Amino acid sequence: MTLGFDRRRLLTGGAAAAGLALAAPALLRHARAEGTGPIRIGFPVPLTGPFGAEANDQVRAAQIAVKEFNAAGGLGGRLAEILVRDDKLNPGEAATRTLELIEKDKVNVLVGGLSAAVTLSINNVARGRGVIYNSISQSDAITEAKDFGRTTFHEALSPHMTAGAVGRYVFPRHGKRVAFLTADYAYGHEMVRGFRRAGAAFGIEVVSDVRHPIGATDYSAFLPMIASLRPDVLCLCNFGRDQVVSVQQATEFGLKQSTKLVAPVLLLTARKAGGEAFEGVVGGTSYYWGLEETVPSARAFNDKFRAAYGGAVPSDYGALGYAGVRSVLEAAKLAGSVETDRLVPALEALRADFYKGPQYFRTCDHQSVQSVLIVESKFRNQRTPDDLFSIVHAEAPDEAGLRSCAELGHRQG
Amino acid sequence: MSGSAAGPARAVPSSEGSGAPGGRLARAGRHRVALSLAALALFPLVAPYEALAVNILVLGLYALGFNLLFGYAGLLSFGHAAFLGAGAYGCGIAIVQYGLHPLAAIGLGTGLAVAVAAAMGYLAIRTRGIYFAMTTLALSMCVYYAFYRAERLTGGENGLRGINVPALGLPGVSLPLLDPTVKYYVVLVFVGAAIWLFSRILASPFGAVLEAIRENEGRAEACGYDVRRVKLVAFVISGAFCGLAGALQAIHLSIVPIETMHYATSGEAVMMALLGGTRTFFGPFVGAATFLLLQDGLATLTSHWQLLVGAIFIAFVLFLPLGLWGEVLARLRRLDAAPGGAP
Amino acid sequence: MTLASLPLTLVALQVVTGIALGAIYVLVGIGLSLIFGLMNIVNFAHGAFFMAGAYVGVFLYGYTGNFWVSLVVAPVAIGLLGLAVERVLIRPLYGRGPDDPLLLTFGLAYVVVESVRILFGLTGLPFSAPPPLRGAVDIGIGYFPLYRLFLIGFVGLVVLGLWLLIERTRFGLIIRAGARDPQIVQVLGIDIGRVWLAVFGLGCALAGLAGILAAPLQGVTPEMGVPVLAEAFVVTVVGGMGSLAGAVLAGLLVGIVVAMTSLIAPDLTKMAIFAVMALVLLVRPRGLLGRAGAFG
Repeated sequence: MTLGFDRRRLLTGGAAAAGLALAAPALLRHARAEGTGPIRIGFPVPLTGPFGAEANDQVRAAQIAVKEFNAAGGLGGRLAEILVRDDKLNPGEAATRTLELIEKDKVNVLVGGLSAAVTLSINNVARGRGVIYNSISQSDAITEAKDFGRTTFHEALSPHMTAGAVGRYVFPRHGKRVAFLTADYAYGHEMVRGFRRAGAAFGIEVVSDVRHPIGATDYSAFLPMIASLRPDVLCLCNFGRDQVVSVQQATEFGLKQSTKLVAPVLLLTARKAGGEAFEGVVGGTSYYWGLEETVPSARAFNDKFRAAYGGAVPSDYGALGYAGVRSVLEAAKLAGSVETDRLVPALEALRADFYKGPQYFRTCDHQSVQSVLIVESKFRNQRTPDDLFSIVHAEAPDEAGLRSCAELGHRQG
Repeated sequence: MSGSAAGPARAVPSSEGSGAPGGRLARAGRHRVALSLAALALFPLVAPYEALAVNILVLGLYALGFNLLFGYAGLLSFGHAAFLGAGAYGCGIAIVQYGLHPLAAIGLGTGLAVAVAAAMGYLAIRTRGIYFAMTTLALSMCVYYAFYRAERLTGGENGLRGINVPALGLPGVSLPLLDPTVKYYVVLVFVGAAIWLFSRILASPFGAVLEAIRENEGRAEACGYDVRRVKLVAFVISGAFCGLAGALQAIHLSIVPIETMHYATSGEAVMMALLGGTRTFFGPFVGAATFLLLQDGLATLTSHWQLLVGAIFIAFVLFLPLGLWGEVLARLRRLDAAPGGAP
Repeated sequence: MTLASLPLTLVALQVVTGIALGAIYVLVGIGLSLIFGLMNIVNFAHGAFFMAGAYVGVFLYGYTGNFWVSLVVAPVAIGLLGLAVERVLIRPLYGRGPDDPLLLTFGLAYVVVESVRILFGLTGLPFSAPPPLRGAVDIGIGYFPLYRLFLIGFVGLVVLGLWLLIERTRFGLIIRAGARDPQIVQVLGIDIGRVWLAVFGLGCALAGLAGILAAPLQGVTPEMGVPVLAEAFVVTVVGGMGSLAGAVLAGLLVGIVVAMTSLIAPDLTKMAIFAVMALVLLVRPRGLLGRAGAFG
């Protein structure tokens, strides 16, 4: 047997004494009992890489949720702590870090992830080891039966529901001739599917569906053709940097004169990086701080964030960091435990209004059913530097916007 | 670009085994496989956590395979990610889509890497130097996009998920791979076998021909060796080692990210081999360990870890041109050769 | 979709688009090629210098509001950075073989990118073309963004200037001789070290210039140099390492291939770049215009 062989080698080796001394902490760490000590929440996010700003915001927001929980006495005196790990926006690194969090740090639950590939990677490692993972990154695939595990939860919006809500707002107002410029990967395709489904009810005509490689730095080669088709609406089904560059170049090619630019997931940081070019671009988001004008829980959350971080307001993805951790901790209180078997039903039963109005996890796929905000970018008429969007519509939480349980491959309705 | 055998970096006798006859170091070099295995067997005791230790094993093997071509044959390839990826996808797809036994899947993954290496090598060996590096890069990126687009099999951008192997079933025993320590030693068995095989290849006449080609291609040709064929065989063998590393990585991480095949991953092989020392047997493992431990350790300290990693890289190049392990060996060799020697 | 089924004007417009794209590839490619051709150094920090040039330019524009100032100062600043890097970091590596500079510049790229992140933040800065160069003009086959026309013209002038420098000046003569045989040049009493210094600085300055020229097309982020580095490698290798004409030809070729693939099979655009590179190298193992050790 392997282990015996290696132990002999260890003993015969000259460094045996030193080795054993070093082994002691390793042995101790395996012996640590589960179920005692603080509640440990593993939090892998991409601190390095292009979404570092979002990731930092997620950490800050998550810490508010932990502080709140601990200030209220925790789980019968058992306090929570969050273990932040940098997944570097790389699925392999994310898998390694998740293994570290589960095997070495013995976390009770995992929250985090940004980008579909990373969130699917964390999810696969976590479900293989029966650890609850609340994903705060947009993905359709994670709730499909193939990737879904009993321990999988999806706190973020799905691309399908976001694109659908944006489509239902945009098509009746801005026209039915629709062009897509789509990043050629699952996430982009998922958004196109959402738009097409929503558009069917309005009888939209898709004049072009151009797929660009993810991470393209130049869209000039796609834009003359799209411009020549004169669409009413151009949906940019891409994310992050791709979105910034494609909006900027679509503006440069004069598309805005006759076409409404739509970005299904309109990031706050993309608007900041894109500046003037984003003016008038419409899109969807799970959270914008301006929601506080109509929703009291949003004001409460913003105020806590402002108080903790010198007046700064939380970003869209930052707010998800708060929601992801808060959901888990509230469910723990409900269950009176962080044991997976008791926490799963508690999360399923959770009915909450933490920061944006009512939300709950659908039982079959653990997708969070919540409102989708439709926002329009501002530039010239900003009142403050943080005044970047106006909320033009809010689609109320509705399972009708989700793909059906049967379509996702789940048995229960 | 690696044909120049002039500079000081080239003047080092290769591998621990071929030092001055009779020296202590040379005697130790004869046991390089056993010593390497002993070091790797003890490694988990000092590694920060097992998952990282397995990464180091796997990527060390990857760098070792790469170094057969680079360090021993003098061919710089920028396309080895294709073999790591082919091994990983081959193994992963065999498990996820066809439900094969992990051992069969590892064999299949390595086989796929061999096939990809044979095709790429056949095309690439007609070029030389920097053009060889760039041809391998271009071809590997074509392989990358082929796998990227075969979304039904590979998962495309989302990566391949579901390579869940909770236990390795063998006749009479089932090894629980969910236990990280068991997983490490299971992977080490494969890596150890590969190290042994690698050493045998180097010690064979084939290994001698490789070094002859590196030192002077024209002379090797004049001696009657079919240089192209030798290069191609070396390319394929190198690909096989990298493929095995990929297959093991797929089982370790339970996913295969598409990034595995990207040329950035090829670059990592180059960096790890150079960090450790390309003229040494065990250097690639030292390089992999240094590379991964640095990244891991610094990333926990600061989110600006890349600044420190970059600066440390620069310092290594400037002050440790033989690579970490190469430098250690050179120092030992000096001690060994000194009259009276060190106690 | 096939080319024949598309309106001719759209195809023609796409060619112009490709040339504008290629203009940036040409600039970065020439810098990389110069450095490799003369010094046998594969500069992995080239993309980082490109990015740094964009940041310097955009930062200056914020102060002066004058794009022309940025266009002059950014390449000069990056050129000076290049001189310092050559003096302090690269010079100790001469005579060591090409792997060491490769590893060093790989590390340097990390340092430059992370420094920019620390100085300017993670998110990137917005930047649009300066007002006089905004908008689109009718070029007979359709409307085309004015800034991209400017880009084509400007890069054309820079390339012409470089050609004159290399073909018509004493400095150019030394460069060409140095690429062919550095030892002979040294024997003739020329300090080849100073030539290397100048060439490294010039190559970096070109990368910086390409960066500020590209900034209005895509805004600036710390990561913007990463894809550029790969594309620049393709251009240099396809053109033939160390060939000025080759870099120009390959840059335009890659630009047009990208534009045409975008029209016919958009999802294959990125793959097309590498497929072209593999094809060219398999047919001409030294690139289109590459010769051993020649520059010209």
